[in-house]
Amino acid sequence: MKKKWLLGILILVLGLLLVACGGDTASDEEPAAEADTPAAETTEDEAVADSAESETMDDETMDDEAMMDGDYPDIEPVRIALVMPSTTTDLAWSQSMYDSLKQLQDHYGADNFEIAFTENMFNVTDAAAAIRDYAESGYNLVIAHGAQYGTSLFEIAPDFPETSFAWGTTTNTGEEEGVTNVFAYEPRAEQGGYVQGVLAAHMTEAGIIGLVGPVDAGDAKLHVDGFTAGVRDTDPDIQMNISFTGSFGDTALAAEAANTHLQAGADVLTGSSQQVVGAIGVANEAKVPWLGIQADQSPAGEDVVVSTILYDWVPTLLEMITSNQAGEYGGRVLQLTLANHGQVFLYDEDLPADAVEAALAAEQGIIDGTIEIVADPRN
Amino acid sequence: MNGELTTIAIILGIIHQGIRLATPYLFAALGETFSQRSGVLNLGVEGIMLMGAFFSFYVASETGNLWLALLAAIIIGVLMGLFMAVVSITFQAEQGISGIGLYLFGLGMSSLLFKTMIGSVTGITGFSELQFCVTDSFCLADIPVLGEIFFSHSILTYGAFLLVPISVWLLKRTTWGLKVRSVGQNPEAADSVGVSVNRARYAAVILGSALAGIAGASLSISLLNVFQENMINGIGFIAVALVYFGGWSPVGVMFGALLFSTISALQLWGQVLGLNISSNISVMLPYILTIVALAIPFRRAAQPAALTKPFSRGEN
Amino acid sequence: MNRRWSDRLIDNLLYPLAAVLLAFLFGAVILLLQGVNPLEAYSSMVTGAFGSKNGLADTLVKAVPLMLVGLGIAIAFRGGVINIGAEGQLIVGALFTTWIGVQLGEQLPGAIAIILGLVGGALAGGVWGGISGYLKAKMDVNEILSTVMLNAIAIQIAFLLLRGPMIDPAELAAGTNIPHSARLPKTTDMPRFTDLAQMLGITGGADEVGIGGYLGEIYNVLVQPSRLHSGFIFAVIMAILVYIFLWRTTIGYRIRAVGLNRHASRYAGMNVPRTIVLSMTLSGMFAGLAGAVEILGLHHRMFEPTAVSAGYGFTGIVVALFGKLHPLGIIPSSILFGGLLVGGDKMQRAMQVPQVLTVAIVGLIILFVVSTDYLVRRRQNRRLSAEPDSLTTPDEPASPSITSAEVSA
Repeated sequence: MKKKWLLGILILVLGLLLVACGGDTASDEEPAAEADTPAAETTEDEAVADSAESETMDDETMDDEAMMDGDYPDIEPVRIALVMPSTTTDLAWSQSMYDSLKQLQDHYGADNFEIAFTENMFNVTDAAAAIRDYAESGYNLVIAHGAQYGTSLFEIAPDFPETSFAWGTTTNTGEEEGVTNVFAYEPRAEQGGYVQGVLAAHMTEAGIIGLVGPVDAGDAKLHVDGFTAGVRDTDPDIQMNISFTGSFGDTALAAEAANTHLQAGADVLTGSSQQVVGAIGVANEAKVPWLGIQADQSPAGEDVVVSTILYDWVPTLLEMITSNQAGEYGGRVLQLTLANHGQVFLYDEDLPADAVEAALAAEQGIIDGTIEIVADPRN
Repeated sequence: MNGELTTIAIILGIIHQGIRLATPYLFAALGETFSQRSGVLNLGVEGIMLMGAFFSFYVASETGNLWLALLAAIIIGVLMGLFMAVVSITFQAEQGISGIGLYLFGLGMSSLLFKTMIGSVTGITGFSELQFCVTDSFCLADIPVLGEIFFSHSILTYGAFLLVPISVWLLKRTTWGLKVRSVGQNPEAADSVGVSVNRARYAAVILGSALAGIAGASLSISLLNVFQENMINGIGFIAVALVYFGGWSPVGVMFGALLFSTISALQLWGQVLGLNISSNISVMLPYILTIVALAIPFRRAAQPAALTKPFSRGEN
Repeated sequence: MNRRWSDRLIDNLLYPLAAVLLAFLFGAVILLLQGVNPLEAYSSMVTGAFGSKNGLADTLVKAVPLMLVGLGIAIAFRGGVINIGAEGQLIVGALFTTWIGVQLGEQLPGAIAIILGLVGGALAGGVWGGISGYLKAKMDVNEILSTVMLNAIAIQIAFLLLRGPMIDPAELAAGTNIPHSARLPKTTDMPRFTDLAQMLGITGGADEVGIGGYLGEIYNVLVQPSRLHSGFIFAVIMAILVYIFLWRTTIGYRIRAVGLNRHASRYAGMNVPRTIVLSMTLSGMFAGLAGAVEILGLHHRMFEPTAVSAGYGFTGIVVALFGKLHPLGIIPSSILFGGLLVGGDKMQRAMQVPQVLTVAIVGLIILFVVSTDYLVRRRQNRRLSAEPDSLTTPDEPASPSITSAEVSA
């Protein structure tokens, strides 16, 4: 009997110990911010500041940003909810959206621009519950940040005709089903991918480029298609090695895929989805340049992440907000393109000048429509 | 295509990667071998690995001291193991389920701590690959063929493989190992000759969990040098499966880990070389081949007779 | 008799509840350290899961796959095999159901298409589970290992099909190439509760009928539009059928006998390998059914496989054990866990508590609940020594039978 109680106490101590570990440091980091701000937000702010910093590295993007700054329209107070499949810290798809929302909040102030978010909603049933809940709580715009949420969205949206919903990657606004208050958004990942391909083709000396993808579908597929076309159009002799890990979260396999590319002679690496932080770790170790996509991935490898296609959702978000406030609640497909600054390039200042020049030319070419991206068929 | 890549270079690459990729599987599976040999199925390896990966990464990024980081992984592994042992041994819980509980607890806690203590994904400098330099100009890693395969790994990889003979020795040659095996095979008999069944099981589970902690660390501070939520992504569960695969012998487990990791490396190379296979099929390959390898009747598994069976004196 | 009933109540209800409470206590400490008021957080959790029409509907919607998967897991456990492969079996079932629905849904009347879809999903899941059963029975391949591997394989097969032959033609036309199937024809949607109510001629909400308060919310769940679909009724019927199957038929008895003691069953002349294959196949069939019902009742199209299986394969194991591996125990158990997950998400939204905290708490609940089995057994042992005639029969849904089965393996 005595032993049993002893063990009971033991569990308690163990639990408290674990908890104490977490608690102590959390309060160390933010001594006064306990009251309102959840810990994650403070660090997020830093992340935003970081990306702002790296943007200033390049004149071209800074100009764009400056121009954009003046473009912030006056808006009425708005409440936005975000439902995402991974986390605000995934350095990829979900974080890019969250960072843009935070950027807008910084501009308009938390009183006029309220953000709520739900993470890890890979379970579609849970996501649907969250979407409905947000709509019921009176959020003006509910963003379902994943292609898997569409069916649920079209079921919920008609019940809340004055709430705007948005989802992507897709071009389907549910018009056929009579839904009128859903925005569809779609990053034209092949555009950024193409420019990055041009950049990579100018950077590689070995003539071999390695790409670590998740699953050969959707956004990732578009990026790979564009990237490959960019490389091919620059120098058809360059070898493109592409590997997919078969999932979005297999960090270890992504790292090993990067290792494989290195051993196969690649001297420039790229890839997409949240698992690539493993591959960036490998690139960092080997000091091989990495070209990032979606969110600014330089925190995972400061020296090697030399360029990023940043998904800048700010213009898209503003479009949806102003549209919502003008009484048009949905029905449009919004694309993130180079032309509308939905995709912004960050270039490291250490990049070779000719490579950046070629990339900028490609950017311009895509914007002007002089470059047509034709993808090769793949398996 | 890939004109400069000779067949030999590719084969060397596959072997080298197979060895490296085996590291986390090996640590975790060897630890699980101890646990199962004592009669406790610890399905929570994945959760322990996540906690080990997080704490070692955190300590490494705060102090920069990798050995301290490794120690942190061991300590958290021991604590998680103690938790598992209390639930599964003392409270005789259904082990498959308590393991899932431990996994979820580890997954939730490591993600929560990551969010509150670090907040965003960052990189660190982890254990790098050793070169074994005899003189300034000559390193063992420079030896053709052998050097590339055997002498350019991180210290944790060597540790993992060194652990194989150590485990054999511990299990086969020491009194403690005898106790562990006997309580896993026939706890009643072991008890009747005065072996404390539960103490031996506690020790085995805690040792196994400490190794699982190191397995997590081998990813976050040696192979990947980052921490991300849920970064273990199933390696812990495959490690448990590898113990069955290896027939509860450390050497068998090693071959299992190597087979699995080498096939993984093989499929990555298959893709890189542009073989005309869909990526989905090549990703499936390691799993299919593991099942096929298991179905080949070359060895009958020697499952510890009392595996998953709690022991309580006089009550059963 | 009366005393035994109260004993059962304590064993099956009081102990698990105490364990849940303890886990929440730990959660409260963590919440406090995060600067969140635990009482507020937990009350948002409970009201989120059970307090309103939508919360209740979501909880029940989530209980459907959990219940079906849990039933399958229980059959496997009762038969002495461990099925960790429900994830894969669910995915395969969902895939096949989708294929049937998309191919045949237009030509056939809705009801027949739904039945075909359910049967197809069950068959596909059964085949996937049966592979593991066959490998175990005939080649001595451990089922834990083979089911883990088959999960990974099922995911890749799904991606392969959804990128190729099964992709939504609209995705190809739009060039977005998102790997999901076309929507199944509307005729194949399993009717929702509100549709059933309309069929019965009940249309008014709680206000109109004059039921107020919480009862009104419950009434609204049944009558007003929500995502709650007839899959819930289907799952409950299945639970009752599984109970009858396991305890009232010869095959069911054989499965439990093999699960309790493989050696004795062999001596008794039972075909043990065949029974193992059967348990595993049936187990897979129920996971496949879960996939089928998710498609026909909820998603109406197949998309990213892990988003469809959504961890039900693992949570289902917990549900089955929490329900003491008894089909009728699994019904409340699945609702409870459905509520826990729905409420946890609600807590995330209401308090901006990271969702991973719920994961940690669920882990703790599992650990504490399985620990209480020990106390239950001790009580039972004490009772057994007090009244020696009430020996444990196979009818006693007390403790999992897996342990004794493994010994004789």
